[in-house]
Amino acid sequence: MNLHVISALVLRYLFLYTRTPMRLVELVFWPLVDLVVWGNVTVFIQKNSDAEFGGFILFFLGAMILWDVLFRAQQGVAISFLEDVWTRNLLNVFVAPVRTVEYLSATFFVGFLRILVTVVVMSLVSWLGYSFNIFQLQWWLLPFFLNLMVFGWALGMISTALILRWGQAAESLAWAVPFFIQPVVAVFYRVEDMPAWSQPFAWLFPATPIFEGMREVMKSGTMNWNHLWLAAGLNVIYLALAGWLFVWVLNMTRKRGLLTKFATQ
Amino acid sequence: MPAAIPDNREVILEARELTREFDGVKALDRFSFRLHRGEVLGLLGANGAGKTTAMNCLLGLTLPTSGELTAFGLPLQANRIQILRRANFSSAYTALPGNLLVWQNLLVFARIYGVPNPKKKIAELMEMLEISHLDKRVTGQLSAGESTRVNLVKAFLNDPELLMLDEPTASLDPDIADKVRKVVRKVQRERDIGILYTSHNMRDIEEVCDRVIFLHKGKIVCEGTPADIVAQSSSSNLEDVFIKIARDGEVVDESKKEETV
Ligand SMILES: Nc1ncnc2c1ncn2[C@@H]1O[C@H](COP(=O)(O)OP(=O)(O)O)[C@@H](O)[C@H]1O
Ligand SMILES: [Mg+2]
Repeated sequence: MNLHVISALVLRYLFLYTRTPMRLVELVFWPLVDLVVWGNVTVFIQKNSDAEFGGFILFFLGAMILWDVLFRAQQGVAISFLEDVWTRNLLNVFVAPVRTVEYLSATFFVGFLRILVTVVVMSLVSWLGYSFNIFQLQWWLLPFFLNLMVFGWALGMISTALILRWGQAAESLAWAVPFFIQPVVAVFYRVEDMPAWSQPFAWLFPATPIFEGMREVMKSGTMNWNHLWLAAGLNVIYLALAGWLFVWVLNMTRKRGLLTKFATQ
Repeated sequence: MPAAIPDNREVILEARELTREFDGVKALDRFSFRLHRGEVLGLLGANGAGKTTAMNCLLGLTLPTSGELTAFGLPLQANRIQILRRANFSSAYTALPGNLLVWQNLLVFARIYGVPNPKKKIAELMEMLEISHLDKRVTGQLSAGESTRVNLVKAFLNDPELLMLDEPTASLDPDIADKVRKVVRKVQRERDIGILYTSHNMRDIEEVCDRVIFLHKGKIVCEGTPADIVAQSSSSNLEDVFIKIARDGEVVDESKKEETV
């Protein structure tokens, strides 16, 4: 791995964001809209319930913020790739001495930067507007953040592989893939509240133990360590599988001669 | 007319029996050639002859169905990154990201290629291609001629020993095309670059190429210096040769070939 290659690719995305401020607006605007909607729902529920539950219901806002960690990481990978497709830059990158792992690392880092922007803004607004302090999760925040980011990267690679396979017609998968799994990873409700038949599926995703853990920590200040180990273990598997899928699809497009078609159409 | 490069120079790119099929149709059929250091080799042929496919295989973008490819004496697939560091590519059909400024794009690629002192290098190359004034322009708003020259700056950034140019003068007006040819030839001579140059423009071939390979339906129809090829066929110029090949798929007048060889 060459750091100068990775930093050069990251620089390209940074230039892109400074050149097209609309992308920054998108990064902040939609999460804020979501946050305000859920914030107001929370206030409404708080006013109509007892004090203990009213305090707990704030987990909606925590779930929103943590969900965005996952979503932004996934977008960092998938949208960065699409930016190269849209600007017909893919061929320039593929004929340059850029290893696949360097390319992916750059998109991972872009995902990390996107998370920083969105999460800082959301945390501030939820604290000022709804007195929700994300730091009540204390140092648990760190493993939550890390696990969701890594899972986001894996989903990003899967989205990108699918787009590579099915071409630009499948572009919307870049936004859709995280929402395919959102219902089963227990973001806004507990696994035990899900229909019984769907509960086993929930535990196939590393995001589930994190969101369960978040509610535990908010309620009791601590959580089941097994949840963390499960998330980390699943993440290792997802990252490896997603990386393998991406490389496999990339090689397949080379074999079929679709890579250049894809890159110049 | 440029003279042929002596065969004793180092071979920097070689294809042996390169075949590439798409859905059972051979876009390239047992295509073999050698490119020497400091030589400009033209790949000529009608639309669909297989020029781009050959280049894509040589860049590792498309895997061959069969055949062997080496660059700098190394098998291509296994040494792709190492080879790409010493090579570069430009095509009329790709672009640098349109939403970035010209200097931003060039800086990014200079860093990807690990160019020492990138700003200086970029300034030098832009001056050489007479586009210094474009550095703060938005890449997507450049004219075809400007954009081709910016792409060429990118292609020269890493001082490549091997350069692949896919129809670099396509969509250029005759004046700009002429400038591009001259500057490519100048840099190529100064730096002793080996260039694989595809085109269907005869002026390109006559002015830039030391040696030419005519492709038709993925097969080599004839090869040699532009002068040789005209002599081998019963044509008066390359343009005629081209038209003959495009229509009949062959050109060499056997009786005449005996005489010239
Ligand atoms: N990805 C692909 N899938 C199917 N056919 C292809 C593909 N790429 C090229 N071809 C076919 O291969 C032949 C050679 O094309 P190409 O190399 O682009 O020609 P040239 O560059 O000489 O105009 C054409 O018949 C073209 O349709
Ligand atoms: Mg072509």
